[in-house]
Amino acid sequence: MAKTDIIIHDKKDNVGVIVIEKVSKGQDCGCWIMEDDSSFKVKSEAEIPLGHKIALEDLKEGDTIIKYGHDIGKVIKSIKKGDHVHVHNVKTKKW
Amino acid sequence: MQIPKSFLGFKRENGRAGTRNHVIILPVDDISNACAEAVANNIKGTIALPHSYGRLQFGADLELHFRTMIGTGRNPNVAAVIVIGIEPKWTKRIVDAIAKTGKPVEGFSIEGVGDIDTIAKVSKKAQEFSMWASEKQREECPISDLWISVKCGESDTTSGLASNPTVGNLMDKLEPLGVHLCFGETSELTGAETVCAKRGKTKEAQDKFMKTWSSYNDFILKEATNDLSESQPTAGNIAGGLTTIEEKAFGNFQKIGSRKFIDVLEPAEEPTKGKGLYFMDTSSAAAECVTLQAAGGFNIHLFPTGQGNIIGNPIEPVIKLTANPLTAKTMSEHIDVDVSKILSREMNLDQAGDELIRSTIKVANGRLTCAEALGHKEFVMTKLYRSA
Repeated sequence: MAKTDIIIHDKKDNVGVIVIEKVSKGQDCGCWIMEDDSSFKVKSEAEIPLGHKIALEDLKEGDTIIKYGHDIGKVIKSIKKGDHVHVHNVKTKKW
Repeated sequence: MQIPKSFLGFKRENGRAGTRNHVIILPVDDISNACAEAVANNIKGTIALPHSYGRLQFGADLELHFRTMIGTGRNPNVAAVIVIGIEPKWTKRIVDAIAKTGKPVEGFSIEGVGDIDTIAKVSKKAQEFSMWASEKQREECPISDLWISVKCGESDTTSGLASNPTVGNLMDKLEPLGVHLCFGETSELTGAETVCAKRGKTKEAQDKFMKTWSSYNDFILKEATNDLSESQPTAGNIAGGLTTIEEKAFGNFQKIGSRKFIDVLEPAEEPTKGKGLYFMDTSSAAAECVTLQAAGGFNIHLFPTGQGNIIGNPIEPVIKLTANPLTAKTMSEHIDVDVSKILSREMNLDQAGDELIRSTIKVANGRLTCAEALGHKEFVMTKLYRSA
């Protein structure tokens, strides 16, 4: 089993969660999708700490973030694949 | 794993079973706290449950106060109860409702007597109750006597990835054995509300859930000055990587596994539709929520945390689990079950669920939780609106 740096809940998700203490910029990260037990790699574009999210594809303003296979908010500043996804570039659709 | 069929509990007069054997000194109102605490200080084996309310409340808010007081006294983790209020009328209402369980309960009022004579009188009764309760022995009780409530706190993304699904795994394994289960946190299901509503077993339960959630959401929209982004998610949630309330809600929702809920309970309402999963309309603040669930009759609590919530409850033991390896290391004295190996994939969900079941049975049998050993006994009343 390859080392897992990032866990993804659902195949449809466009973000994954860092599960090691941190990933460094330029790191080739091992990703594992819980839903179908598949693996792939993604290159990190930033230092991202444990528990924080990484983009698995390029996203533009207005796009929807999908996690658990569901809508968890909207992109407010464009995001490149491998970028840190958090409150600086994503906002709730509720309030 | 072979799931144990029984645990060692305290059988109560009304057929329920307790995982604890507390004698509580329950003040009806804030001004009776001093008296209750003095009695608990005098008589070993008793605990006082001081709180901030109970005066000039009215309507639904007053009813909730009574329901919480009465439910706390009725909880099977409580062997006997002393109720102390300033006035006799409200005190009697609480005493009479607790007495229906058949457990020893006695009420006292302070007005016209004063603290000192009341303390002397109550102490004598409390001593009698404490020594009576100390004779109670644990007996074998079927696992279906467990009423398990759940609530997560200081959540982060590891909660949604691993510790909440571990609780869900336990629910999936224990529900078929006839346990009662309860989840709450109306506000923290925001974003996942329609998905959650679909988990209602009947159309009636689904509609009741949506009505409950919508009424909460209307209140938020009316009272919010800007938005809730400063409060939901919390600063701790954000530090842990949670970005939006929707993300938090879907993580939260993992706690019920693949179960369906059979009814929606009012805050502190005791379920009456038999075994299975219930949703209770509660605040998402940890101590308020657990206090309400304990008042609903739940006798053991599972509390997954990400960044490290430290809550406990005076009558319902709170078992904490985390999947965050940093929290497990830096706050180990608060963590009963460490499931962080799920993240490194050295443990799977099935194994984590089994581990949690083992710990739950141990605590049901009498092992102290971390929160109990550390003296956490947060008893926090939920107040619906300002007093008259």
